[in-house]
Amino acid sequence: MTLWEVDIYAAAGQRDVMADAIAAAAGDLGLARQLAPHTARGYLLEGDATTADIHRLADELLADRVVERTVVGRVGEPVLHTPPPGVPVCVHVLPKPGVMDPVALSAEKAIADFGIAVRTVRTLKKVWLPDLAPATLQALCSKVLANDSVEHVVIGPLTLQRLDMGQATRFQLIHIPLRDLDGAALEELSRTRQLYLSRIEMETIQAYYRSLQRDPTDVELETLAQTWSEHCSHKTLGGRIAYRDEGGERHFENLLKETIFAATRTIRRELAEHDWCVSVFEDNAGVVRFDERYHVVFKVETHNHPSALEPYGGANTGIGGVIRDPLGTGLGARPVCNTDVFCFAPPDTPPEQLPPGVLHPRRVMQGVVAGVRDYGNRMGIPTVNGAIYFDPRYLGNPLVYCGTVGLLPCDKARKAPQAGDLIVVIGGRTGRDGIHGATFSSAELTSDSESLSGGAVQIGNAITEKMLLDVVLAARDQGLYHAITDCGAGGFSSAVGEMGEHLGAEVTLEAAPLKYEGLTYTEIWISEAQERMVLSVPPETWDAFRALCEAEGVEAVIIGRFVPTGRLRLTYHGQTVGDLDMQFLHGGRPAVVRDACYTPPPETPLELPRQSGDGGADLLGILGSLNVASKEWVIRQYDHEVQGGSVVKPLVGAANDGPSDAAVLRPVLDSLQGLAIACGMNPCYGELDPYHMAASGIDEAIRNCVAVGADPARIALLDNFCWGYTDRPETLGSLVRAALACHDLAVALRTPFISGKDSLNNEFTYVDAAGQRRTIAIPPSLLISALGQVPDTRACVTMDLKRPGNVLYQVGETDNELGGSHYARRHGLRGGHVPQVHVPRAQRTFPAVHAAIRQGLLRSCHDMSEGGLAVAIAEMALAGGFGAAVDLDGIPGQCTALSEPLRTIVRLFAESNTRFVCEVEPDHVPAWETLLQQREVPCHRIGTVAASDRVTIEAQAEHGNRRRWIDLPIAQLKDAWQQPLKWR
Amino acid sequence: MPTPRILILRAPGTNCDRETAFAFEQAGGQADLVHINRLLEDPQLPDRYQVLCLPGGFSYGDDVAAGRILANQIRHHLAEAFTRFKEAGKLILGICNGFQVLLKSGVLIPDDPVDGPSATLTWNDSGRFEARWSYLVTAPAHACVFLAGIERLYLPIAHAEGKFVARSPDILRQLGAQGRLVLRYGTPQGVPTDVPLSFPDNPNGSEANVAGVADATGRVFGLMPHPERHIHRLQHPRWTRGEGQEPGDGLAVFRNAVRYFGL
Repeated sequence: MTLWEVDIYAAAGQRDVMADAIAAAAGDLGLARQLAPHTARGYLLEGDATTADIHRLADELLADRVVERTVVGRVGEPVLHTPPPGVPVCVHVLPKPGVMDPVALSAEKAIADFGIAVRTVRTLKKVWLPDLAPATLQALCSKVLANDSVEHVVIGPLTLQRLDMGQATRFQLIHIPLRDLDGAALEELSRTRQLYLSRIEMETIQAYYRSLQRDPTDVELETLAQTWSEHCSHKTLGGRIAYRDEGGERHFENLLKETIFAATRTIRRELAEHDWCVSVFEDNAGVVRFDERYHVVFKVETHNHPSALEPYGGANTGIGGVIRDPLGTGLGARPVCNTDVFCFAPPDTPPEQLPPGVLHPRRVMQGVVAGVRDYGNRMGIPTVNGAIYFDPRYLGNPLVYCGTVGLLPCDKARKAPQAGDLIVVIGGRTGRDGIHGATFSSAELTSDSESLSGGAVQIGNAITEKMLLDVVLAARDQGLYHAITDCGAGGFSSAVGEMGEHLGAEVTLEAAPLKYEGLTYTEIWISEAQERMVLSVPPETWDAFRALCEAEGVEAVIIGRFVPTGRLRLTYHGQTVGDLDMQFLHGGRPAVVRDACYTPPPETPLELPRQSGDGGADLLGILGSLNVASKEWVIRQYDHEVQGGSVVKPLVGAANDGPSDAAVLRPVLDSLQGLAIACGMNPCYGELDPYHMAASGIDEAIRNCVAVGADPARIALLDNFCWGYTDRPETLGSLVRAALACHDLAVALRTPFISGKDSLNNEFTYVDAAGQRRTIAIPPSLLISALGQVPDTRACVTMDLKRPGNVLYQVGETDNELGGSHYARRHGLRGGHVPQVHVPRAQRTFPAVHAAIRQGLLRSCHDMSEGGLAVAIAEMALAGGFGAAVDLDGIPGQCTALSEPLRTIVRLFAESNTRFVCEVEPDHVPAWETLLQQREVPCHRIGTVAASDRVTIEAQAEHGNRRRWIDLPIAQLKDAWQQPLKWR
Repeated sequence: MPTPRILILRAPGTNCDRETAFAFEQAGGQADLVHINRLLEDPQLPDRYQVLCLPGGFSYGDDVAAGRILANQIRHHLAEAFTRFKEAGKLILGICNGFQVLLKSGVLIPDDPVDGPSATLTWNDSGRFEARWSYLVTAPAHACVFLAGIERLYLPIAHAEGKFVARSPDILRQLGAQGRLVLRYGTPQGVPTDVPLSFPDNPNGSEANVAGVADATGRVFGLMPHPERHIHRLQHPRWTRGEGQEPGDGLAVFRNAVRYFGL
């Protein structure tokens, strides 16, 4: 057996793309200026192949002879480490053993097709560098070239001899003696085994095993830990909470049931026979009706902790995981689009300010975007909607929300495993990757997390999941299984445990196909290896199912059977290694009572800055702030049109670069009915009042949908709570308050929540240079995702101005609500009133705007949110390529009672809810004004679309004079908006 | 003449198969999605079809290089089947990943026995995947069946490895002289030119702004842009501004293929 290496360099005259990226990253991080590395991508090939074989593979498979040149040799041969001129130092970066290497797996299969005897392949990166100071080289390796959690670095020639990994281990049944432990020892056990169970939970388990007069096996304990983890059971939000705020005390038996689910129940009851929800909060995703043939399903997940350690792999497996949710809903929904929302620290954070163990936010952002791109694009699912929020508090704990919408045939909405069904696993193989992902994601991050939970960080393999998707949908249509679920957090433990909850299951662990030898039975059971799904297949269709999988090259293996025993029994080569009562597993977790309190911050008036007069500078500053700035750099890396259903794209307007409020697509190609996807979130309002933060998020998500043409009577919502450490009553209290708003607003606007997920304990703890322990908690981050329905997509409108001479209106009222606004942040102003939702107004406004859109009265419509009216007008102008002439006088709302200059500043920049800017053709003005009047919706004519290239905004000044607050060319506005994230 | 039958070839990672089939059906054809494994089991299978289409996606994940692994499968096992298909006067279309496969399998431009492939599709100058709409113009004199009667197209691109590079300037000139470089990136009103346009008119840095290439017969054609994503006015990025027409530009490519067989 020989270990060969093939290095592939750009041919003379061709660009070395990887070198350019390294040089740029090194410059960004201040590690090295003008670095000019020389790079190769490479392959290690192990087998009995001849030199000629390897050269043939290099020429015909591995390299592109038109643009690349290869260097081939046995590992260690001098030809492989002959430096190019000026760059004597050679750094190799290899995936750590066991880390997913999709390219290597594909190469192995492709080499087999050549009939060449290569058994194992591994990829590598080779980077030639100039002589650098040791510290610089070190920093470059760990911060730019490699990520320690998944890759390792070899400086100098490679010396390894073999690629094999994994060795058979001897079976050993392990019991965990815990019956005699005291409380402290139980807690210690929970910690050392990474169970993340509380003392009470450990004591409950202890009492159970005492009653059985035996100790648990390791796999039983792990199963309990997975099932009871925050990630899988949502015990905080589903648990008892004693809450108090300025209104008194309230006790929740189950917070989610009594707020968010309750709202949906109320709405469904009120809708009675017009109820359009199908399955909510029970399956892997929420399901609502779409048309005669299909339901639509939606799920949004978070993948925060893995993304903090390995942004690429974390985002990758985040999107991979959420795609399997719709696929595991009912009997399987076809994914039709993805959404992605991220929260990062500002990418210009000075590198020297990073706490230990933290990746630079720019690198986190680049990695996350690349991870979503590479996985989503390969899956053939358009990424149509998203948002990015920047705040320094996301430094150690970035947030990555991934969502997938799917289409489910109406007759495939229900699933139930039957006694006697085979438990079948399909897709990827099981490896040691992702061990303890579920329990890890329920814990707080620390600067040691990386070393503690290396196994929880994974790289995805999209191609395996795409094959899985294709085969599942074919099997679904042939009716070959009774139930399906995804194998995500908790691995088989969760998937089989949940599917068999009301039945019972027997699993033969040795049957699971493994990536390599050496896994213990426990590792097999709890591994969270990606791209696997578990199905309940009746014995009579197994042959057909297996044949279908074989025909598409997907591995399908029977690992057990559902049996009506009420027990979960695990065996390994004939020995029972675990035997749990399903009732104890799913119902035995002790209810936790948590305290939650909320004290409203004292009301402080917002004091205007002394220099409040430069509206133009403020507008440019807000347009150029990271949260508002164009995300085109990100959006263009995603395929947003695959599947052919795109109607309103994320970028719209004359130059295809304006910010659309929502995306619209036609998921069924021969139908004109559409889906609108949007989101709302504003962590900045949370400090003033989490209730109004949540309400504003809901209003924003709905108005984004309505702005493009969705019917407000058919908008479903999803909640994703990402919060700090909820054992702190104040932190939990702010969450309760947000959940109360979710209830109230959903009921008031008849927009049911259909699914949700929470991620708690998002805090980062480290020890600073002075030896002080410090914690950064994220701001309360509630993402509201909205799934709207568009009856006829031909009526959709976009936000770009369409024609000079058209009339502009503000719909809605502007209240004295600068609190938490971009204006306030720009000037460092504290206090003020946070935007609230005026419910009766919202109830009237959304249907009125929708009616106008359906009647074809609007040429453009834009949601007013971050940055208020000024930003909305600027965005419409820069997207449409036309100027606008706006007069602020007469804009209704509390603003009318204010004195100058506050009145004008509020009208320009307040972020009051339920407002739109609408463009109406002169001919349609009477019909439009009548419609809004009849429906009692406040609306005010603010100006016209201008033939010029300038945006002007004027208002009456104190002494009856007119004052021009803003007068800027659209080119300048666009430039300010595009510049911040116009990355190379 | 019966309805022309189109074989849409699926491989692991193909993901534009369904909308491409839909486009062919809108054009009057009858499309079947066929997995590559079926073709490997039965290389005679394409004989029942008039058009063979390799749609977009990421065959085998585009691991190693875009389209490379599927291209090698064709080289190793299906070269004869493809040759037979071509010689029977039938049509082969490769879109995006399908174009990468046709080029890298030697189906579109045969290899030089000594120097190997004459051209390739490699990484965009930007170094990353990019989705945007492009203006396309056809070469003045060409024999490409799929582009008959078409002067301009407005279509989206969505790829990472779409930069067309010939092995030498001579080869590029030759291909141009033979009228093989049939589709070029352009400007809204521009004419086809060999002079490289700047980004984003030329979105990936392709030599001579090449977006699509035909074989010597004009019956085999590969292109990076996605005609199946613009068969309907609602897919045009500015339809809400009154731009675009019904049907979308891309449908003509599929109609040309179907009409070639007499419909």
